[in-house]
Amino acid sequence: MSVSVAAAFELRLYVAGQTAKSLAAVTNLRRICETHLAGQYSIEVIDLTTSPQLAAGDQILAVPTLVRRLPEPIKKIIGDLSNEQRVLVGLDIRMVGH
Amino acid sequence: MKIPAADSTPSLPKSLTGIAGLDEITGGGLPAGRPTLISGTAGCGKTMLAMEFIVRGAAQFNEPGVFMMFEENAAELTANVRSLGFDLEKLVADKKIVLDYVHLERSEIEETGEYDLEGLFIRLGYAIDSIGAKRVVLDTVEALFAGLPNHGLLRAELRRLFRRLKDRGVTAIITGEKGDGNAITRYGLEEYVADCVIVLDQRIQDQISTRRLRVLKYRGTAHGMNEYPFLIGMQGFSVLPITSLQLDHAVSTQRIGTGIPRLDDMLGGLGVYRGSSVLISGSPGTGKTTIAAKMIETACLRGERALYFAYEESTAQIVRNMRSVGIDLAPLQEQGLLEIHASRPTLLGLEQHLVVMHDLVRAFRPTVVVVDPISNLTMAHDDVEVKPTLMRLIDFLKKEQITAVFTCLTGDGDSNSTLEGSQLSVTSLIDTWLLLRNVENTGERNRTIFVRKSRGMPHSNQVREFVLSGKGIDLVDVYLGGDRMLTGSARVAQEAQERAAATLRVQDHERKLRQLDSNRKAIDARIAALQAQAEAEAEEVHFGMSQETLRETATYQTIDAMAHQRGDLANGVGGPKDRR
Repeated sequence: MSVSVAAAFELRLYVAGQTAKSLAAVTNLRRICETHLAGQYSIEVIDLTTSPQLAAGDQILAVPTLVRRLPEPIKKIIGDLSNEQRVLVGLDIRMVGH
Repeated sequence: MKIPAADSTPSLPKSLTGIAGLDEITGGGLPAGRPTLISGTAGCGKTMLAMEFIVRGAAQFNEPGVFMMFEENAAELTANVRSLGFDLEKLVADKKIVLDYVHLERSEIEETGEYDLEGLFIRLGYAIDSIGAKRVVLDTVEALFAGLPNHGLLRAELRRLFRRLKDRGVTAIITGEKGDGNAITRYGLEEYVADCVIVLDQRIQDQISTRRLRVLKYRGTAHGMNEYPFLIGMQGFSVLPITSLQLDHAVSTQRIGTGIPRLDDMLGGLGVYRGSSVLISGSPGTGKTTIAAKMIETACLRGERALYFAYEESTAQIVRNMRSVGIDLAPLQEQGLLEIHASRPTLLGLEQHLVVMHDLVRAFRPTVVVVDPISNLTMAHDDVEVKPTLMRLIDFLKKEQITAVFTCLTGDGDSNSTLEGSQLSVTSLIDTWLLLRNVENTGERNRTIFVRKSRGMPHSNQVREFVLSGKGIDLVDVYLGGDRMLTGSARVAQEAQERAAATLRVQDHERKLRQLDSNRKAIDARIAALQAQAEAEAEEVHFGMSQETLRETATYQTIDAMAHQRGDLANGVGGPKDRR
């Protein structure tokens, strides 16, 4: 399976504390990226309970929120990323062969 | 800000809003430490009310606030409130206020699993902690319903949010759009905010839009139940009544002259009380504006400031017209003692006019305010509304110790008193009422003035003629004679006639005296003549008598002589000797 990518993916995941949803989101994200974006991505996890001042910058309301900062345009998806199909749609990752 | 005494007993801790009138209606403000729901249709002022709550809290009550907005962004909001005189940027820079724009674009959001709104909570919590906020506004969280598809989750999260706000003890305002039909809000926010609900409403009547406010619910406290008109003026949000609902204003015993000495004489010699309300009513062209302008000029010449609301004439026209009767207002304007605000009465609703007046009065701080005329102001409005509104105005001016001069057009009822009292039914609120009337007589109309009432001072019961000339205003006594009252040229004619009659009488007296004199002389002459005649007669008599005597003597002598002669001849001795 090969993936066509326009540019490297810069992803930022906002969570609030070590909740079940947070942990699930982190696990799901890493799995999806390894599967589809191997070597082309970077992930930054931000815990808002320790750095709340960062919430306003990316307009974070819901947690977990995943922000695709690159490639442009910025995209946001919310939830624990358990629905892989929706994550791929949300991040605009086209899968060849489907 | 004054809190009505009845509510000062500690029922619920309240947080003053600082918004004119709202604190009176709610008996001290919004419930402290609890959320209040403000609902209303689009464009009726929810955001403005909420913003003023935050700004006044920060500026006046030292209660920092967080304004979290979901619809407008910070730049738009700052611009909007700057037009009302709030410097939001400075308050933000001073860490008194945090503005947080929460932007939610449905198209940007893809749901990929379970989530909650902890991000929003953290954000709000962080904003509150960063400045120690005591007040929070969420304007309006309903936008979340459009952005987030999962309404079930959203409702649960909002419930949690309001609980958090309560736990933090912040006084919060949540705004919400009015729903269809009887629903207070479109998404039923009233379910979560149970303590205080305020409903705003905008409606159009006779093509004039009026905004109204009602406290629908205020748990655990008494509050005004009525709908109150409110406005967004230059100084922000104002709910009427702006003034206290009580009659407890201080009164002055100081008297101020009207500038017309003889009018002062009619008012116990000293003029009207400072801070009282004066009504000058009369039919068209009786000189109402002139008296008002004179009072203004007099106040300005005392060095006080006066504010003139003109609803009939433009500023330039007033200045020109008053100059023609010797009242020069232009220099007073230049000195900044006089401000004239001319506007069309139909430009705004009655309440809006009132708030404009309030704002201007507060800004200019005059000691005399003229409204010319109040009858025009009420032209386009229901009579039912007029009285309470004017009452509020009069109350406000009284409370501020401002002498109010209202003119009022009373239709063309110059012949009799039928129309005098019916106007506006505000006369009971007035302290001094001057009534001007045209008197038509012998082909001309003349102005008369009298004091219909004047509380707290002896005042003249006389009707005076009111004369306007290039030299100014003068009051002259009317002619009272018999059962007639004459004015104008009829008075002048009557006076001339009386003067002529008096001259005639004087001349007549002189003539009579002269006649008496000459009569006396004639009589004297007659007396002299008669006397002369009497003397002549007496002389005649004496003459006759002496002649007779003479004759008699002569006779005797003759006889004697004859007898002697005879005796000598006969007897020798004279017989006449014996006979002697």
